[in-house]
Amino acid sequence: MKITREDVLRVAELAHLELGEGEVDAYQRHLDSILTYVEKLNALDTSGVEPMAQVAPAGALAAGTPLRDDIEEPCTIIGEVLAEAPEATSTHFRVPKVIDR
Amino acid sequence: MSSPMPKNDGGWTIASIRRALSEKRISARELTTDYLARIEKRNPELNAYLALSPERALAQADRVDAMVARKEPLPALAGLPLAVKDVLSTRGVVTTCSSRMLEGYKPAYDATSVERLEQAGAVMLGKTNCDEFAMGGSNENSAYGPVRNPVALDRVPGGSSGGSAAAVAADLAVAALGTDTGGSIRQPGAFCGIPGMMPTYGRVSRYGLIAFASSLDRVGPFARNVRDVASILSVMAGKDPRDSTSADVAVADYGANLDEPVRGMRIGVPTDYFGTGLDPQVKERVEAAIATLERLGCRRVPLSMPHTDYAVATYYLIATAEASSNLARYDGVRYGVRMPGATLMEMYRKTRGKGFGAEVKRRIMLGTYALSAGYYDAYYLKAQKVRALIAQDFAQAFEQVDAIVTPTSPVPAFRLGERTADPLAMYLADIYTVTGSLAGVPGISVPAGSTSEGLPVGLQIFGPAFGEAQMLRLAHAYEQAGSAAA
Repeated sequence: MKITREDVLRVAELAHLELGEGEVDAYQRHLDSILTYVEKLNALDTSGVEPMAQVAPAGALAAGTPLRDDIEEPCTIIGEVLAEAPEATSTHFRVPKVIDR
Repeated sequence: MSSPMPKNDGGWTIASIRRALSEKRISARELTTDYLARIEKRNPELNAYLALSPERALAQADRVDAMVARKEPLPALAGLPLAVKDVLSTRGVVTTCSSRMLEGYKPAYDATSVERLEQAGAVMLGKTNCDEFAMGGSNENSAYGPVRNPVALDRVPGGSSGGSAAAVAADLAVAALGTDTGGSIRQPGAFCGIPGMMPTYGRVSRYGLIAFASSLDRVGPFARNVRDVASILSVMAGKDPRDSTSADVAVADYGANLDEPVRGMRIGVPTDYFGTGLDPQVKERVEAAIATLERLGCRRVPLSMPHTDYAVATYYLIATAEASSNLARYDGVRYGVRMPGATLMEMYRKTRGKGFGAEVKRRIMLGTYALSAGYYDAYYLKAQKVRALIAQDFAQAFEQVDAIVTPTSPVPAFRLGERTADPLAMYLADIYTVTGSLAGVPGISVPAGSTSEGLPVGLQIFGPAFGEAQMLRLAHAYEQAGSAAA
């Protein structure tokens, strides 16, 4: 196996995912088989190939990053937005304590 | 409980609904009520819809009926019973992405695609089931249970837009919106026997589409025929100031020239799409479809697209890398579910561990790995380079041909549960659709007959970037020739 159990736990930590014991084993096997499969890309010589960072066909977008003017507008849906939060006050999202003093 | 369906032969289309409304043979309210009743009756078996929006639908129907009463000109999609995939935000209507993570979530705004269709008179009936966060090719990854294929109830409808495809195929909507990241409109269209289209990257606004992979995601329509697909695209397409990736390219009336002959059109047939793994019956149907196009006067041009075999590997590195980033926002703070934790970090980890399903977590893990320190160049950057080569295959092909025709899927609809054990095998079945997704070009799947078991087969047509008009014309010509022959 090219993917170790430690790799799986490290990635889960990076991705903020709590995994059950069965999940760790399953993802180790799955990641291993998928990452082994994608190694076929190494058969291609890509030296001198520019990575494709822009999908939009040439001419579809204005040159460079399209920017609009930064115009202040009132937000009229704060109540609707906060109503969807698991925990909120009338003006803020609430989260568990972040800083210990 | 269900009123008699006011049928006109072959079912409703956008044009027949508008005509019936203006001639007062039916009201939009009657049509809407009728479809809602049909859904109540049939949906328990199919599980195509996750939620209905009857109040919003009837209010919209009444607006259309008021226009009829005032003898105003009816908008393009007046009264159209529409289903919307549950990854598109709808104000005040629960939008879950088929995930426990967003159970009960009501967005505060509408997706531009939905807004534009409603402005044109469409009536949204409800939200459709899909693979969780649009990740899957069978609809079996939904947290709310799989969808059944109305053509064969023991089979999957395809995915990820399985509910939208099934709704149209079972006549629980006249048209539907889906999204396509690696084949999620085209493949369920093929499996359910209806046309489904992925527009050019940038053609349709993605504002309000809950993101999976931003360099790949597109919004597109399903309908009963290519003409209706074209009409819906004409309404949805175009620049949206709220989506900076939407293209500032003129929008055609895609329905206007559909009947023009396709004689002389050069259709490319890439040999790379007809190799091992292709079901012999699918191959036979697609070859027959190409022969039909040749009879219509199209010229068959054999093509080589040598990087096709690398597309699945490229796609699953790029799509999962982008997904791991996009789905970082689900942390139990602003929307959806939260699992309690003593610290903020513990709350994040528990919420994401419990809220996401198995396939979503698998893809987040894979994408996080591919982007992590020490692996970025080997996986993500390598995939971006191969993506450029795949796009180059398409660019070179379109120097010689006007369209590329292939099978949509190597296999017809498979049985529920048949393929869930091996994630890699499921990914490999995306081989013919992910290529066009990576290249950014438009593609459509149109029905091309059935296997001996009666399972639909799809013919996939790719057009050049922003070449939807000619692609739809070819699809329409084939559809007309096919139904005349049948």
